[in-house]
Amino acid sequence: MNLLAASVDLPSLPPVGLQHYLAVSAILFCLGVLGVLVRRNILVMYMSLELMLNASNLALVAFSRFNNNLNGQVMVFFIITVAAAEVAVGLALIVALYRKRQTAHVEDLTTMKL
Amino acid sequence: MALSDIFFYLFAALTLFCGLMVVANPLSRNPVTSAIFLVLTIVSMSGLFVLLHAFFLAAVQILVYAGAVMVLFLFVIMLLDLKEEERRKFKVISAGIGALAVFGTAAIFLKSIGTTQWKGAAPTIEGSTVALGKLLFDKFLLPFEIVSVLLLVAMIGVILLSRKELK
Repeated sequence: MNLLAASVDLPSLPPVGLQHYLAVSAILFCLGVLGVLVRRNILVMYMSLELMLNASNLALVAFSRFNNNLNGQVMVFFIITVAAAEVAVGLALIVALYRKRQTAHVEDLTTMKL
Repeated sequence: MALSDIFFYLFAALTLFCGLMVVANPLSRNPVTSAIFLVLTIVSMSGLFVLLHAFFLAAVQILVYAGAVMVLFLFVIMLLDLKEEERRKFKVISAGIGALAVFGTAAIFLKSIGTTQWKGAAPTIEGSTVALGKLLFDKFLLPFEIVSVLLLVAMIGVILLSRKELK
């Protein structure tokens, strides 16, 4: 890590702290929300959900680092595991839905009946 | 300005740019492009994890997300025929209202992050595999086992869902 600690003369931006990571996480989360709200393709909406999960992961890791507590990282590990399970089930549902309806567009999927 | 700060700004910019390209790519609305940009987002985010000294999670992020999850996504995209989806017309009004709501939320988030006084303890922990493993098999043993059962349940559920004749 000596390489990372080395100093370079560049125009002065503030030193990176917890709030920088939280800002990145917040913006990424909002991008995910934007994707779910604006895009109508069910797969892209699903990817936006992954984006939101990743943003929360980043916030948890940043809090864990700056509070000197590893529990946050264990939480992120569990979130990644649950997200993997969720992706598997969700994509299986999308494939099953596509077989019935021949569409992956949410505006064609407005009725509960198959 | 430390070199790690430069890397932070680099990876943060890359993460946010690729995240934006996932949801609002001006050149292509193909889900495959979104998936590839999601892979890039995840990889640059694991760079941020390395900067936060969460080395194990950075590796897991690449292995599980960029590897397993995204391959699954690409498989499904290839399985479904999505040619027709690209020709849909884009509803500007609803998208604009959605974007407005999201920008409001983002403004509230960033304002509250900016005005909070974060206590500045010097970070000393390392998210090494050894440290995380010790926590995982000691303090968090029960959640760990429950998560393994959850993975089994998900696997059975997926097999059930992907049968030929779905009732």
